Amino acid sequence: MSAAFLEARDLWRTFGGVAAVAGVDFTLAQGELRCLIGANGAGKSTFFRMLTGQLAPTRGRIRLKGHDITGRAPFEVARLGVGIKTQVPSLFEGLPVAENLWLAARRAQGARRADAVTAELLEELRLARVADAEVGTLSHGQRQWVELGMVLAADPELLLLDEPAAGMTSDEVEATVALIERLRGRRTLVIVEHDMHFVRRIAEKVTVLHRGRVLVEDTMDSILSNPAVREAYLGSRAGGLDG
Amino acid sequence: MDAGALILVHVLYAVASLFLIAVGLAIVFGMMGVINFAHGEFLMIGGFAFVLAVHAGVDFWLAMFVVAPLTVALIGVVIERLVIRHLYGRIVDTVLATWGLSLLFIGIASETLGYFQEGVAPPFGAVRIGAYQTGGYNFFVIAVAAAVLAGLYALLRYTRFGLIARGTMQNPAMAAALGTNVRAVYSVTFGIGAAVSGLAGAVLAPIAGVVPVIGVTYIAEAFITVIVGGASPLAGTALAAALLGTINQATTFVSTAVLGEVALLLAAIVLLRFLPAGITGRFLRGSV
Amino acid sequence: MRRELRAPGFLAAAGLGLVLIAALPQWAEVYTIFNLSVYAVLATLALSLGLVWGMGGLLGFGQSAFFGLGGYAYAIAAINFAGSGPGLLAAIVLPVLAAAVIGYFAFFGRISDVYFAVISLTVSLILYNLINTTSGAAYRIGQAPLGGYNGIPSVPPLNLPFAGTPLSFEGTFYAAAGLLLAVYLALRLLMRSRFGRVVVSVRESETRAELLGYDVRLYKLGVFLIGAAVAGAAGAFYAAWGAFIGPDVFSIGFAAQIIVWVLLGGLGTLIGPVIGCFVVQALTAWLGEFEGSNPNIVLGVLFLAAVMLLPKGIVPTLRSATGRLMRARAAAGPREPAA
Repeated sequence: MSAAFLEARDLWRTFGGVAAVAGVDFTLAQGELRCLIGANGAGKSTFFRMLTGQLAPTRGRIRLKGHDITGRAPFEVARLGVGIKTQVPSLFEGLPVAENLWLAARRAQGARRADAVTAELLEELRLARVADAEVGTLSHGQRQWVELGMVLAADPELLLLDEPAAGMTSDEVEATVALIERLRGRRTLVIVEHDMHFVRRIAEKVTVLHRGRVLVEDTMDSILSNPAVREAYLGSRAGGLDG
Repeated sequence: MDAGALILVHVLYAVASLFLIAVGLAIVFGMMGVINFAHGEFLMIGGFAFVLAVHAGVDFWLAMFVVAPLTVALIGVVIERLVIRHLYGRIVDTVLATWGLSLLFIGIASETLGYFQEGVAPPFGAVRIGAYQTGGYNFFVIAVAAAVLAGLYALLRYTRFGLIARGTMQNPAMAAALGTNVRAVYSVTFGIGAAVSGLAGAVLAPIAGVVPVIGVTYIAEAFITVIVGGASPLAGTALAAALLGTINQATTFVSTAVLGEVALLLAAIVLLRFLPAGITGRFLRGSV
Repeated sequence: MRRELRAPGFLAAAGLGLVLIAALPQWAEVYTIFNLSVYAVLATLALSLGLVWGMGGLLGFGQSAFFGLGGYAYAIAAINFAGSGPGLLAAIVLPVLAAAVIGYFAFFGRISDVYFAVISLTVSLILYNLINTTSGAAYRIGQAPLGGYNGIPSVPPLNLPFAGTPLSFEGTFYAAAGLLLAVYLALRLLMRSRFGRVVVSVRESETRAELLGYDVRLYKLGVFLIGAAVAGAAGAFYAAWGAFIGPDVFSIGFAAQIIVWVLLGGLGTLIGPVIGCFVVQALTAWLGEFEGSNPNIVLGVLFLAAVMLLPKGIVPTLRSATGRLMRARAAAGPREPAA
């Protein structure tokens, strides 16, 4: 049994009187690809933000590769090898696409590699045509790609992708699936998604969050036939699991 | 005992005048998100309107409560339509434009009224407090501040316009979707803020005097009071004025007026350190 | 950054700058040169805000305070010690120290942008109030009286290095304009360096910069310190130029003027603040020559016109206009032969 790559123990986060995350235990092995699903408000993004250091947990501990990263500043967590594509894209809106990628590459890969990595990613993500365009002028799907590119440019060991397929055309979704397949096994990924088709295609193990707690952790097929999960989804009207 | 009463009067006066100086700016900033850098000049124009009217023979009270506020309200509505309304949402541009207006008003006032040396003596004479004596006018200023606070509160809380204005302040898009003429609401709100500023300038004129550049001394205090107060225009300004005015006056008593000013500024820094969204960002949230 | 040294824009700016500096004293009258010197100094101050705010995203009222501290530091040191060296050194060190303290509390305390603007305003006002009270004879540092609201008169002029002789009018112009050009070119290089590019990214999205692993506090502090140093140096030159420094430099009016220069010229560019400053100074001086014209009215109308007609500022508007013009010409360009 491999030592846990990422481990969260009894994680809590309350806002005022509301517990967005209410005692989550989460263990991830190196090279694993985990999908995290749940209705809106289940606590997925809050959980991510605690992993990256953007939010400090009210209670609980998080360990990454053995280091305790609970409550550390985001830049420290990033330097330990964590990259996140956020739910609402966080990009350098007024800067060109190439500059966005360069800044990501420069910090993680150093001066000598930065330009090369940028060029490679522009090619790979088919963003070469818009390399000099300001990110703010791109379509939503393209902006998702730029952000994915920035995460890849830093080449982190742990990738947190919050709704990577949101707002993408089916071609773009295909490309995203392909990208994730290339990363499978080589990097550790946690992916939050609402699009069940997408989840079905890439999922190994799936964690279902509901009201800040882990409801169930299992393979996709078991989850889909799990009555508690159906109850949670239908009960909170988050859209069909069959859809 | 008498000394205590005297100090209390002076503290209340400091709080009242700070409230009056700031509340017009707070209304415009709190309800519309507009930082009006010409606010100090609204006070100045109100003061001049009052003084000039009195010297032209207009009744003291009419000049103070009608002429001054109306004059500034008119000017306010005009500049709202000509300048401010084109710049909603563009905070930096609004600052630049209102700073330009500020300079313009100072310039015009200097050219036309720079020579004007006359003032208006404060009425009510002196009032004895035991062994001490203080101006009766101080009580008047305190009373006016209280009345303005009560009046604006009543306007915003109990009238239909107040409801619409508060709704527009919370969510202009929704208000518009519900049929509110948001532009008209903003115009009127700006006019009200201007009127209150004009009144404040007039009320303070007998004590502080009026010169074309007096707005410059008002704007900094007003701005800081509004930021310390937080999002609620009335509750925030009242609380901030109470806190900062007390600190200012208390420090002035034990040292000098300049140090009192410094104490006010330091207090603002400390308060904002712990209450970054102002007092009403944390206490009395959602109040008017 | 090395690429920038060879970039046509950089070389053109350097070349043009040097030519202007060398040539102007030959054609223009002493009086004009005298005025241009102070314009250059103020433009350097504008550049410091252009850096800290336009590039760093840190809007504050502090640049005038650093300018004032620099001016006072120079005045006090120059009166007490011979030669300009100690004065210039003090003029940079004092503001940078002040910036370090303020910056540490601001950026490492992770305060909000609005709060930063407000404390920079209040700190300036505190300085203004305090300095105004130092009128008594008791308030002196060595030989230099602080002067209160009267300021410090008879501030020694800048000396030629190692020679001890004071600079002439032309010399002062070369020094001031040279400072402006040197700072401008240095900042251009800085903005193309990794440091500069990260600073801009922090301005664009502090969150994303941090998520990429950049310690944004250090970058904000860094750009803030550099801005303070530049403003301080400008302050020294200002005091030396006019042989005087007074508390008006700490006033909110002066702080607001700098903001206006940057806005007028174009926030987010380096040349914009320089141009904005020159335009305002020149217009004020020119219109001041007319009988009965009031500088406040003129400036007021100018700002209003600028906002309503040139919302992005002079430089960006000119750039877009030329951009549109070039694209229109390209579109109407030489006809391609039919395929």
